[in-house]
Amino acid sequence: MRALLRRAPLAASTLVVASAVAVAACSSSGSSSPSSSSSPGSGGSAKTGLKVFVIPKNLGNPYFTVADSKASGGALAALSALGDTGTETSGSAATSASQIPAIQAAVTKGANALVVSATDPTALCPTLNAAIKRKIPVVTYDSDAPGCRSLFINQASTSAIGTSEVDVLAKELNDTGQIAIVSAAASATNQNAWIGYMKTELKKYPKMSLVSTVYGNDDPATATQVTQGLLQQYPNLKGIISPTTVGILAAAGVLGTAKYRGKVLLTGLGTPNSMKKYVSDGTVKAFELWNPANLGYLAAYAAADLASGTLKVTPGATFTAGKLGSFTIGADSTVLLGPPTVFTSANISNFNF
Amino acid sequence: MTATLAPRREPGSPAPASSRRLADRVFRIREFGIVAVLVVFVAVTASIQSRFLSSTNIQFILVDATIFALLALGETIVVISRNVDLSVGSVLGLSAFLTARLASSTHGLPLPVVFLAGIGIGLLCGVVNGLMVTLGRVPSLVVTLATLYIIRGADVLIVGGGQVVPSSYYPSFLTISKATVGGIPDLAIVVAVVIAGGAYWLRTYRSGRELYAIGSNPDAARLAGIPMGRRVFTAFALSGAIAGVAGVLWASRYGTVDSTAGGSYELQVVAAVVVGGVAIFGGSGSVVGAAIGALLLQTINSALYVLGVSPNWDQAIAGFLLILAIVLDRLISLRLTASLRRRSARRGT
Amino acid sequence: MEPSQAAVDPGHVSVRARLRPALRWESGLVVVVVAIAIFGSAVSPQFLTANNFFNLGLNTGEIAIMALPMALIIISGEIDLSVESTLGMSSALLGVLWADHWPMLAIFVVILVTGAAAGALNGFLVTRVGLPSLAVTIGTLALYRGIALILLGPRTVSNFPATYTNVGLTAIPHTDLPYSAGIFIVLAIIFAIVLHATPFGRSVYAMGDNAEAALFAGLRVKRVKTTLFIVSGMASALAGVLFTFRLNTAVQNNGVGLSLDVVAIVLLAGVSIFGGKGSIGGVFLAVLAFAGLQNALLLTNFNQEATGVVTGILLLVSVFVPNVAMFVRSVRRAATRMTRRMPPEPALSMPRKDT
Repeated sequence: MRALLRRAPLAASTLVVASAVAVAACSSSGSSSPSSSSSPGSGGSAKTGLKVFVIPKNLGNPYFTVADSKASGGALAALSALGDTGTETSGSAATSASQIPAIQAAVTKGANALVVSATDPTALCPTLNAAIKRKIPVVTYDSDAPGCRSLFINQASTSAIGTSEVDVLAKELNDTGQIAIVSAAASATNQNAWIGYMKTELKKYPKMSLVSTVYGNDDPATATQVTQGLLQQYPNLKGIISPTTVGILAAAGVLGTAKYRGKVLLTGLGTPNSMKKYVSDGTVKAFELWNPANLGYLAAYAAADLASGTLKVTPGATFTAGKLGSFTIGADSTVLLGPPTVFTSANISNFNF
Repeated sequence: MTATLAPRREPGSPAPASSRRLADRVFRIREFGIVAVLVVFVAVTASIQSRFLSSTNIQFILVDATIFALLALGETIVVISRNVDLSVGSVLGLSAFLTARLASSTHGLPLPVVFLAGIGIGLLCGVVNGLMVTLGRVPSLVVTLATLYIIRGADVLIVGGGQVVPSSYYPSFLTISKATVGGIPDLAIVVAVVIAGGAYWLRTYRSGRELYAIGSNPDAARLAGIPMGRRVFTAFALSGAIAGVAGVLWASRYGTVDSTAGGSYELQVVAAVVVGGVAIFGGSGSVVGAAIGALLLQTINSALYVLGVSPNWDQAIAGFLLILAIVLDRLISLRLTASLRRRSARRGT
Repeated sequence: MEPSQAAVDPGHVSVRARLRPALRWESGLVVVVVAIAIFGSAVSPQFLTANNFFNLGLNTGEIAIMALPMALIIISGEIDLSVESTLGMSSALLGVLWADHWPMLAIFVVILVTGAAAGALNGFLVTRVGLPSLAVTIGTLALYRGIALILLGPRTVSNFPATYTNVGLTAIPHTDLPYSAGIFIVLAIIFAIVLHATPFGRSVYAMGDNAEAALFAGLRVKRVKTTLFIVSGMASALAGVLFTFRLNTAVQNNGVGLSLDVVAIVLLAGVSIFGGKGSIGGVFLAVLAFAGLQNALLLTNFNQEATGVVTGILLLVSVFVPNVAMFVRSVRRAATRMTRRMPPEPALSMPRKDT
């Protein structure tokens, strides 16, 4: 008891700090409402002066840098062209716990719209739904949070990605052989959805079989090791599909050696710049992707239109996204960017991302 | 076990000499123990899946292990002196990115310069750590935890959303990690030589042996006149420089470098060092043991992938084996203390 | 009084001596917290709003809860790095058992028991087998995360009932506090009483100060430390439940990376890594400082990638400032030694018992 009394000065000062903070909190007004210092745009086009926050899975991620940055023509470029203020923010670990504070801060700072690539399909829902309730439209891109957003911009139809990956490899393998998949994290929603379609498409090729799916966790070292393990476990492996840009690079690093090049074929999702070397030396004949910058650009346009009220989320509604042309809202409030692009040695030099 | 601990009786031999011989033998026993575990593990895995011992796979394991073995070398030097360096992962990441940039075709700097740059970056970080621990009197756990955050943060700031991809390098950079001589990767040979050099220095040179003294009894070391500040500072500087070199090798090995390189490596390195028989409170252990510990952990990793063990299990297995390793090590050291005590009782010293 | 208690309760002098450095540290923390509050409100008018504090409390509640037993463990001279994995394991259990239609009350009991068991294993390995806690808890960090992975696999469970997931949405009725912050405050008061006003608490300080002396004084070092690890396990399990409900998601990687944040907060609180020093008041202030700073930075246009740098610098400043005088002295001595011969410096890695 005496010891407690001795700590009275400390306890007192702590109480003072705590109560000062509480008083300050109670005295100021409640949460901010989205600022609307914008000028009305001409009929059908987005307002200027909107505050839009672009929240990728994490900062420091090269894929999202292309998707978001002004320099590459991504989301921030679109917002700047529209006369709106675009800010990119997120956490540094690609987890929901790391992304949520950034979303909350964006709302607190008076966001008119949010563009989010969801780290987790459900964990963000409470936060995103709270934003929607405050009339802040939420547009997800690249990675969806179904049920908790106004609109989802899908890079390409999930089934198209899954089936085309298998078709590309099948053509290279003459429809025969054992194949394996090097994926990202075991719980990655996108990859799992694509893999589902891959398995269905494989049924069309009875002489091909999927012997294993391994997970590289989007870490170059792990992806390299799981690929190596695959090669040891299945000496008759003929092909690998890696539907993740980190995974395909790691697998190419392993397969690009004299021992495997040309004997185990590789395809998947990769960016042209990073795969140039492997296409020119023959490790990879063809791979796919979409243009991440276009994805971000489209998502930003959609968000601005939603926030301005010039776009309503109804199936069949159309809108124009600047240089990308016009798009239609499809089922489940989803907009498709377009079909995936297949890169080969013939066209890879035309792209710079 | 006790039979091997008893030294040859030499009439008139001074007690210190024989206990040094005993200590040497103990070191060798600890290393022997880890090697034995490694051999048993490899044998069991190879019997289930013979391709585990294929030359390709051995090359894979050796190259992956060299980076951790290097980090383990640096960490051991620090841990022996009763400190810890948690910033090695972040230093590796920073060095990997900066040197990758230098080695890319836009700059096209020659290989030796790239390595020097890596050493320089790591050395700078190590020096900062060393200064704060020695001059600032701040516990190394706190200092290196803080620099872990700071260096990683600086790395993320510098890298931004960038990355260096294999296409950017001039070709010879990427082949460093792939060149082999008689089926053994060049990298493994070089790193083995470096580790042997490190072991020799720690065992033979005063500056090395004094680290053990500092770790096992700092008060006594101080009273004995050992320049503790200088030794500990050197240990951190070395750890940083080695992490810098490991970063260059990492970039060469994996090709793609972004801001996540080397993340959470520090705990894996400490685990390797502990498995390798280095006491976390300092004062004992060998770099060879730590390197073998790193090799063992990488081998386990590879074995799990080759055997196709469900990826759900490898974390748990890794954790379990680590605990097993330190429990065994503790039992061995208890036996050793008991037998040393018995010997002193017999000798009356 | 029993002899052991007399040895542990050394009388007024040493309590006051222990309090003086603590008060100095916590006063410094109060200044830091106030400075952060001023900085935050200068940078954004939204900083000092109830809504912002609600978010702040929500995001930091679980880490704060885990920091309380962590502080006691570090004061007693050990460390527990496995807290993030116990959190993950508890989250995985919650998901798996809920998906198997267990009643929620039974799930809570199982989770608490598992957390206690996880802590008991740590305690056993550290006290009975005699292993260093840094090494042990690195091992259990991997082991418990692995168990979470085995339990849940790649699945995600996210259909928890609204009554529970409301901890992430609504405040405690009649207040603006999120539930996790409210729980933290209640626990903080309990921990403060235990640490500062009971023989148990005094024994924690004593064994951190000098483990051997504590043992010879008759303190039950092993039992106390094991209890601390068990409490840490249970607190992490509780944090795991709150975390899972807040996100309405049980997934295997819940909590990854949190251990170092918890340790950073406890170190910021003035708890010495050598043991024997620190207070719950400090932990409370450190939580405010840590959370407040991250929140304030988020509200600016600060480059979020640099948040780690700020955390690290804050940590360094917190340990350097008390040592400034000593630092200046040792720099001067090092400089003089370089110019002429001087006696070697005193021990570096020895626990320092002065202020």
